Amino acid sequence: MTTPFYVPPEQLMKDRAEYARKGIGRGKSIVAVEYEHGILLLGENPSGTLHKISEIYDRIAFAGVGKYNEFEQLRIGGIRRADLTGYAYSRSDVTAKGVANAYAQTLGLIFTQEVKPYEVELMLAEVGNDVEDTRIFKVTYDGTMYAERRFSAIGGQEEALIASLEESYEDSAPLEAALSWAKSACASIIEGDVVAGDWEAAVVDRTNGRRAFRRLEATEVDSA
Amino acid sequence: MTPGIDGSLPLEPTTPAESFSALLRSRGVEPRWDGGTGGIEIDPPEATTVIALRYADGIVVAGDRRATSGNIIAHRRVEKVFPADSFSAVAISGVAGIAVELTRLFQTELEHYEKIEGRRLSLEGKANHLASMVRRQLPMAMQGLVVIPLFAGYDVEADEGRLYSFDVVGGRYEETDYTATGSGGRDARLYLRTVFRDDLSEAEALDIAVAALVAAAEEDTATGGPDLKRGIYPNVVMIDHDGYREVEDDRVGTAARVAMEATA
Repeated sequence: MTTPFYVPPEQLMKDRAEYARKGIGRGKSIVAVEYEHGILLLGENPSGTLHKISEIYDRIAFAGVGKYNEFEQLRIGGIRRADLTGYAYSRSDVTAKGVANAYAQTLGLIFTQEVKPYEVELMLAEVGNDVEDTRIFKVTYDGTMYAERRFSAIGGQEEALIASLEESYEDSAPLEAALSWAKSACASIIEGDVVAGDWEAAVVDRTNGRRAFRRLEATEVDSA
Repeated sequence: MTPGIDGSLPLEPTTPAESFSALLRSRGVEPRWDGGTGGIEIDPPEATTVIALRYADGIVVAGDRRATSGNIIAHRRVEKVFPADSFSAVAISGVAGIAVELTRLFQTELEHYEKIEGRRLSLEGKANHLASMVRRQLPMAMQGLVVIPLFAGYDVEADEGRLYSFDVVGGRYEETDYTATGSGGRDARLYLRTVFRDDLSEAEALDIAVAALVAAAEEDTATGGPDLKRGIYPNVVMIDHDGYREVEDDRVGTAARVAMEATA
């Protein structure tokens, strides 16, 4: 029997974290900004069909950055979990906190036990009946969960994005204002200009009825 | 991590991975559609007459509000017409408890598919799926617990309203003009046959739908006519290229009064 080489756990975790961060850093970031009727999610995404932002449940939206197949798998898992809960109990019993917790558990387990960690960061945005019930959760590759207010960012360069949003953000702004802040924050970390139509944006808006999620048209995003 | 819900590779799942029913089955929590054998006679509330007809721009679906248990009125305000998704409706007749659960599962199924795949099922796909759900319920039907839905919707690809009726073994039949099911369905169909035209306007279609239910209530005790005293009116929904929308009680009430005066 061969004895495996001893690797100190600190080193192991550090290596894994570095590997995951490197993968995430290669992709493009996504920002979330609260506005008067809900939450806007926006990111640069030249593909019109491979979405990074999508609907999880009535009032909950999902955004993922990093490796597509990995966050897509997590997205589907989130939808399954939400639909199962809503079907077994009531639609109002599905919360972003519950789904985010499940993501945190899953990513935490994968980070420590699988051969390679997932190279993803996730965001869940939930619009409530008023501003107090509105939530943004962020889950990182190692399963750490953050509860955020007003605005948030995921992806490699979130510090720069947050700094930009901190300067522009105001409470209860109209959607157009939120769009322009989000776009200028994203543009500030990109070299060169973003081609019009290369944005992917969606909202969870409390004025949309039961299913609050809506994708924004390219013209809507470009005109703001 | 097991990517497929049944533990198989996502490329070759044993069931369509986007199916909510398959997900329930894989977790062992699917609704049991099999009533077991023998045992005592039960007489659960039954939902009765529902109809659907085509008009120039879409489909109108309507149902009375009564549920009966034998010769007893079990409920006066039952809803039998539900949105399946934003472009289609399902209406139910037969054992109310099972039918409502079937509808809830069907609604979840359609939304589940839409969210995962990023597109809605085709109208025909939805009808076929509903047919298979009715078929799975066959063992219950053999015990006398029958559920027969109607399905109607706006086909956004073909730009037209379409309607489907079903039978107890899950047979699915596309109807061209109108259809009705439930205990008063025959009377409603007879009425519809005399008044149906190809180019009905939305308002005419609504009036005819309500009048057909009034006609059914005249002949069939299990069908509840409009209850003017309590303000209980049929559920009526319209589906056109803008999607599903319920008609307000005031408008249905007006149609109901006109229809009842005509029969008096």
